Amino acid sequence: MKLKAGTKLESAVCDTQVMVLRVPDRDLDVRCGGVPLQLDPGQQEGEPEAGFDGGTLVGKRYNDADDTMEFLCTRGGAGSLSVDGTLLEQKLAKKLPSSD
Amino acid sequence: MNLSLILQMAADAMPDRVALTSSDDQLTYGELQRLSVAAAKRIGPNRKIAYVAENSAAAPIALFGAALAGVPYVPINYRLAPDRVEALLRRVGPCLLVGEADAVLPQVEQIDPAAFLADLRTFDGETAHDMPEEEGGIAVELFTSGTTGEPKAAILRHNHLLAYILGSVEFMAASEDEAALVTVPPYHIAGVSTVLSSTYAGRRTVQLPSFTPEAWIDLAEREDITQAFLVPTMLQRIVAVGQERGGLHLPALRSIAYGGGRMPLSVIEAAMEMLPDVAFTNAYGLTETSSTIALLGPDEHRVAAASTDPAIRRRLASVGKPLPELEIEIRTASGARCETGETGDLYVRGEQVSGEYAGGAAKDRTDGWFATRDRACLDADGFLFLDGRADDVIVRGGENISPGEIEDVLASHPAVQEAAAVGIPDDEWGEAIGVAVVLRDGMAQPEPEELIDHIRAQLRSSRIPGVIRFIDQLPYNEMGKLLRREIGAILQTSA
Repeated sequence: MKLKAGTKLESAVCDTQVMVLRVPDRDLDVRCGGVPLQLDPGQQEGEPEAGFDGGTLVGKRYNDADDTMEFLCTRGGAGSLSVDGTLLEQKLAKKLPSSD
Repeated sequence: MNLSLILQMAADAMPDRVALTSSDDQLTYGELQRLSVAAAKRIGPNRKIAYVAENSAAAPIALFGAALAGVPYVPINYRLAPDRVEALLRRVGPCLLVGEADAVLPQVEQIDPAAFLADLRTFDGETAHDMPEEEGGIAVELFTSGTTGEPKAAILRHNHLLAYILGSVEFMAASEDEAALVTVPPYHIAGVSTVLSSTYAGRRTVQLPSFTPEAWIDLAEREDITQAFLVPTMLQRIVAVGQERGGLHLPALRSIAYGGGRMPLSVIEAAMEMLPDVAFTNAYGLTETSSTIALLGPDEHRVAAASTDPAIRRRLASVGKPLPELEIEIRTASGARCETGETGDLYVRGEQVSGEYAGGAAKDRTDGWFATRDRACLDADGFLFLDGRADDVIVRGGENISPGEIEDVLASHPAVQEAAAVGIPDDEWGEAIGVAVVLRDGMAQPEPEELIDHIRAQLRSSRIPGVIRFIDQLPYNEMGKLLRREIGAILQTSA
């Protein structure tokens, strides 16, 4: 599906919830635990598939290797995020001193 | 995207953690969320919320409530004269006004902060609230201080402020014993960003609405404050009280960030000596950039302070390096990139940068680059040094003169406490240099020729002031910003 910044997505197999921060202008197959993410919180069924079960952490940002897209995990869960079959990576942010 | 996401995540993940201490009030993240939803319902979708009062629990609730309602939050300087507040409120238009204003304006419903809170506490509806999904909505409108002209209403959209928070703060990074002391007023960008940063980090904030150094020290001790943001004048006054008392006993205090104006070297050096266990961070930012864009961190402070190499030692006067998710460029008047060490105009680009004003006035942006109107240079290691505002540069006979260099030289004269240099209209040169000088307590007033000789010994002859006047104190606004326009007026009336 085509996504836009600000859209909230829910996992179908775990508690993971993400918000789209940045996506390219094309159809994306975004999944969690190997199962497509859904727009509305539906029934949770089954569990994450092997290889897509590393988990997500609340507050972390996830992007693809080329940094063409970015998602914010707003609730963590047992599944891992993937787009078009490839796992997303947790974006490693430089730890900054508090400035305000 | 919507700012209320920050509060939603905090309230989901740590509902019982204390978010805010404001005199006798204590609010958890869960309560803050509930009251913000109540505020959103109270505001409704068709008017803004203006906040014209000193800091209180109602300020963060108004900020998040506005976000949930999908309308702008407009904090206004409550210290302005009533007719100025009224003029700004007319520009705001229909709003719920939390605070006091003498004027009765059409389409403005007024409520006292305490009554607003009491009202929200009676709310017993559903706390779940749909997040407004409007793309590119306005989160905050902040009036610039207007030290050089009419205040402009800077517009910060949800995506700017969220980009700043997500890019610079780690979710729930604070431990439960952390507490930040907030002294910046709600109408300052740091007053907005501190609410957002602390909420996302899960850090308790403690409000000190009315700053005195004694009150700050007392509250920091009583509330086991671990960190604070201060403008330079505040730190200067705290250090002065510490010196009178022979030191400060603040064992919980771990870090102090400072910004909002130029920090005198003598002040930061004295502060580091007085509080050796405290980590200092210099934060440089603007309203238009959603707060901080560059940081000089604690390690860089320590390295600079301990170094005997002048090039490293002078980094204490630097604002450090840009945030990782931002780009900066320094350009000459013709738009070319400056060489290392060359001073020019500072430009910044990134997702947190707005640079937009209500009414479309002076949109200083091309290709996403925002002209900060600050003069700056980079050293060989990429440290950023500021050199005043472009608007403050004195243009004398076609030559650009930075007031800072004259002010620094004057301040090094033993009789001089501080000095300010401004351009004053001059038939021959376009602008001549005028300086206002404040003498140290008990020092005799030197002859103007003595100060001129002092400048001539260190600077080129084009830096010699045409007008020198001794005054009792320099005019600053309440955030410690020097009011150069007033100095110009003083110097011209005395000529």
